[in-house]
Amino acid sequence: MEIGIEKTARRGFVLFTDYAQGSAIKKAIEVGRENVLFEVRDSKLKGRGGAGFPTSTKWMITAAATAEKKYIVCNADEGEPGTFKDRVLLLEYPSIVFDGMVIAGYTIGAEYGILYLRAEYTYMYTALLDYLDNMRKNNLLGKDIQGKAGFNFDIEIRLGSGAYVCGEETALIESLEGQRGEPRNRPPYPVNTGYMGFPTVVNNVETLASIPHIVLKGGEWFRNHGTDKSTGSKLFSVSGDCDRPGVYELPWGISIRELLDIVGAQNTKAVQVGGASGVCIPKSQFHRKLAYEDAATGGSIMVFNESRDMLKVLHNFMDFFVEESCGQCTPCRVGNERLLEGVEKLINGNFTFSFIRNLKELGYTMQAASKCGLGQSSPNAFLSILENFSDEIYQSKGGSHV
Amino acid sequence: MSKAKENRAPVSQQSHKIEKPADPNSIGANITIEINEKKVSVPLGTTILDACRQNQVHIPTLCHHEDLCIAGVCRVCAVEVEGMRTLQAACAFPITAQMKIKTSTERVRKARRHIIDLLLSEHHGECYACVRNRNCELRNLAAEYGVDGFTFGHREKKMHEIDRSSYSVLRDMDKCVLCRRCVRTCIDLQEVGVLEAIGRGNQTRISTFMDKPLSEVICINCGQCINRCPTGALFTNDPSDDIWRAIDDPTKHVVIQTAPSPRAAICEEFGMEAGTSLTQELNTALRRIGFDKVFDTNYTADLTIMEEGTELLLRLKKALVDKDPDVKLPQFTSCSPGWVKFIEHFYPDCLDYLSTAKSPQQMFGALTKTFYAQEYNIDPKDIVTVAVMPCSAKKFECNRPEMTSSGYKDVDYGLTTRELATMIKEAGIFLPEMPKTGFDDPFGEASGAGLIFGATGGVMEAALRTAYEIVTGREVPFENLNITPCRGFEGIKQASVKLEGCVPDWSFLEGAELKFVVAHGTANARAVMEMFKRGELNDVQFIEIMGCPGGCIGGGGQPIPTSPEIRQKRAEAIYAEDESLPLRKSHENPHVKYLYEKFLPEGPCGHKSHELLHTHYTKRGSFIV
Amino acid sequence: MLVYEKNELVSEIESLTIKHGDTRDALIPILQEMQAKYHGISDFAQQEIARRLSIHPVEVYSVISFYSFLSAKTLGRNVVRLCKTISCDLAGKNDIVNAIERELGIKFGETTKDKRITLEYTNCLGMCDQGPAMMVNERVYGKLTPEKAVAIINEIK
Repeated sequence: MEIGIEKTARRGFVLFTDYAQGSAIKKAIEVGRENVLFEVRDSKLKGRGGAGFPTSTKWMITAAATAEKKYIVCNADEGEPGTFKDRVLLLEYPSIVFDGMVIAGYTIGAEYGILYLRAEYTYMYTALLDYLDNMRKNNLLGKDIQGKAGFNFDIEIRLGSGAYVCGEETALIESLEGQRGEPRNRPPYPVNTGYMGFPTVVNNVETLASIPHIVLKGGEWFRNHGTDKSTGSKLFSVSGDCDRPGVYELPWGISIRELLDIVGAQNTKAVQVGGASGVCIPKSQFHRKLAYEDAATGGSIMVFNESRDMLKVLHNFMDFFVEESCGQCTPCRVGNERLLEGVEKLINGNFTFSFIRNLKELGYTMQAASKCGLGQSSPNAFLSILENFSDEIYQSKGGSHV
Repeated sequence: MSKAKENRAPVSQQSHKIEKPADPNSIGANITIEINEKKVSVPLGTTILDACRQNQVHIPTLCHHEDLCIAGVCRVCAVEVEGMRTLQAACAFPITAQMKIKTSTERVRKARRHIIDLLLSEHHGECYACVRNRNCELRNLAAEYGVDGFTFGHREKKMHEIDRSSYSVLRDMDKCVLCRRCVRTCIDLQEVGVLEAIGRGNQTRISTFMDKPLSEVICINCGQCINRCPTGALFTNDPSDDIWRAIDDPTKHVVIQTAPSPRAAICEEFGMEAGTSLTQELNTALRRIGFDKVFDTNYTADLTIMEEGTELLLRLKKALVDKDPDVKLPQFTSCSPGWVKFIEHFYPDCLDYLSTAKSPQQMFGALTKTFYAQEYNIDPKDIVTVAVMPCSAKKFECNRPEMTSSGYKDVDYGLTTRELATMIKEAGIFLPEMPKTGFDDPFGEASGAGLIFGATGGVMEAALRTAYEIVTGREVPFENLNITPCRGFEGIKQASVKLEGCVPDWSFLEGAELKFVVAHGTANARAVMEMFKRGELNDVQFIEIMGCPGGCIGGGGQPIPTSPEIRQKRAEAIYAEDESLPLRKSHENPHVKYLYEKFLPEGPCGHKSHELLHTHYTKRGSFIV
Repeated sequence: MLVYEKNELVSEIESLTIKHGDTRDALIPILQEMQAKYHGISDFAQQEIARRLSIHPVEVYSVISFYSFLSAKTLGRNVVRLCKTISCDLAGKNDIVNAIERELGIKFGETTKDKRITLEYTNCLGMCDQGPAMMVNERVYGKLTPEKAVAIINEIK
């Protein structure tokens, strides 16, 4: 797809490999939905958006539900700072994403697929529509797909309107229903009561993109990559102070240091793993592994070298959350504002240690008591930067104010 | 707007539709859970909050309100559920599986304390100078959790101007805690649609369409949002300073009328249980405050029945005898100013169906400055009329430009139950201790029919007691005159009475079935109007609508808090008082008869009563300029 | 607003409800098309949309105010959104800001007098590997230098 944006998919062994459009759909029809479900379960594939919920569990609940309609929603509201893997997948490998959606629809018995594309990616819209048209022509979408009687599935693209929180699955559904993108109370979960009240599977772009390869090569093959708890490959969106930023497909379990070597990072002071809602890891912990069981991430890797002021970085993150919180629940709406004030006080050197201690405690409350993942993860950067870079922060900002 | 309901309310703010088993005793209908290590059994689908309350475990709440759907936004009700990483909002979590709940762990207590601290950090609270000083839910929470300082700071400066544009409802957004109860009240409970959450992140605020002042949008002034606001962010436009000034002015003759609903509820402002009428104690207190005369609004309620009932019978006669195709039936009641403004905004084409009779408050004002002034030889320009009402919309009503049929502003001030209670306290009076005294003449005697105007169905019941007897010459065929089909809090009630054995004047009604509909709350009113527009109410003759849930006893000027239970008690107090009165029918009120003989000799709906006691309406429409 | 302008909006909204439906889930697609065509959704348009979808006008306003790509104010014919999130910030966003502001003589958050351009900040555009980045209407530009950014802006009609 030609949009005028530089291609930055680098290396790869699962997603970034050759794939013949429609081949996995044919295979899926051939083996039947139970076997697809078995392979997905066997692959131990977990949600690639960051939360890491087992994909097969979502699928099984929805597949078992009896409902007039079911939906499969592909979450392309990639808003996490430092993440751009969905952009690369949709621009450079759309076949696996859409084939993955079709296979998901086949497996759970859904006839409707929705791609929720973030407003910032509107430039892809027309090209993706053309792509879907092409799929229809090739009988990869529409009625009786690939000759399978009764297998009807089509995909609609809905655009977002610029709200980070809509990446949260229930907020995304609210947005699809024409509401403010405010996360819902859970339970009920979307797999039971989702879009328009129907059972809905919401999967990340990368999760769905993994499906065709799992179908073709088997769950066991997929599981042989990565670690026990984090199977398969992961797309890492690398940005910041390095020579070769871009999207890297690497096995789960790679250490941060290994990754830094691959991307050409020198004099690295810190790595923010998981975007603004992730944690900031100092040099002393670069041996840590990128995996659900250690340093979990939706793929965002931001590299900061020695010249960077971590407080300024943190200020940028907190500013982001103050704006992007949906404003619904107290811990997130007010809590992020208070944390931002705290960072400003730290920058000005106008703080007391007891106040900072209170803010840290507040951070734990926000992690526990916020309504959705946004508020639950927004204090991560604050807590980890204050924990890991306290020397730098307090030295330069004068402990004398205590 | 018929589709509005199904499309509109965000699912995140609706209660979960967990199907509760039909038979509560069937296997699987109940589930055993552990609350603080104690095993209890609750019906499937019960929220954690309800389960805890049923088992005497207190959970603090703020955004939760019994009348409203679940929001789960304030997070004050956080509890720990074993096996779950994060804390859960007890108000929003339905129990569908076995679980172990802990409501007072260190993590829970800290979280609640933090959340309260956060709310306080954004709250420009001048508690000592706030109308909700005594019953602010935020303040109570702070006390409950031992908040003794502003851990995360405190807002020292006002950030927003108070919106004082409305005659009825004022908004001080510096005190708003974004619990969104007002939004759920305005959009879901009342279906008016004035207040919504606007903006995102730290810019989130509760506001109106394009942030316009309340007077410029389609607010019906019902004040239900005020009753459900946990803080002092929403309050009524209080005229008590002006009233004090009038009382202190020796040249002014200040009279006050009290409506039945405030009398049945004001006890709550003095720490008493809901459901005690303090009518006669209130009379004494008002005299001690310095009102020159204390009148009973029920008197003009009786008069309303005469006028509105006659109007209905005349419309029926036109339809049945004169075969006039243009006659507007069914006739809608017009006593509730919230409802009147609602229909003016949303159904402006249906205004001809409204009874032209003024509300009891306005009839009162018009008569005080004419009949009373004449009888007692007082210059009407020196008379100040105050109306104690359960209602915030009455403030708007008395300021309508058409409400000047006496040549002066008929009612000078509408005062709510809450505001009156403050005046009484300010005067150093403890209301429940007051000796009992009666009302003043000439508007001192009233029937129980006028009294029950306070509850939904009351106007209908009062009208039937009179109309049936006028038409048939006999009392309504209900035991003890209690027309039970009119009573109760069901949203929309429909019933009918068969007219048999009519007196000669009304023989054209012989055998007819008088069908009527009763609805309360403007959401139900909207449903009735949609039924009407679809032609489903063509055989109905009379429709009573009250703008507030429960009728006037649940009005926007009544004591806070409100709940279905409290409204039930207030209604019971009113019905009990009705039954205790010797006079139960409006047309038997001797003072009303006297008024017609002496002052309105053409009788109900005559020329003079049209001038003084009837009004017209404005096609407002819902377009906001 | 002139009568013919209102009539145009009414018929435009009518055709949008035919295209997207008249249920609540059609709201955001309708708003997006109105935004693209009129650079903002006027209070008249909001009320007309509300009427068509049988919802309250304040709900339309509420939704518009929630999403950063929708606006109740009329913006310029072209909207320039510069990413201010961390990767672009580190890559030199501030230099771009200064260059553009000087060139146009307006600040971010403002619109040029001739309504040609509105400048806004935005959060992550998903171009972190090619920062600093900005979005001009729907198009995205990466690896900006002050010179390149100004050249792009000067080309906008």
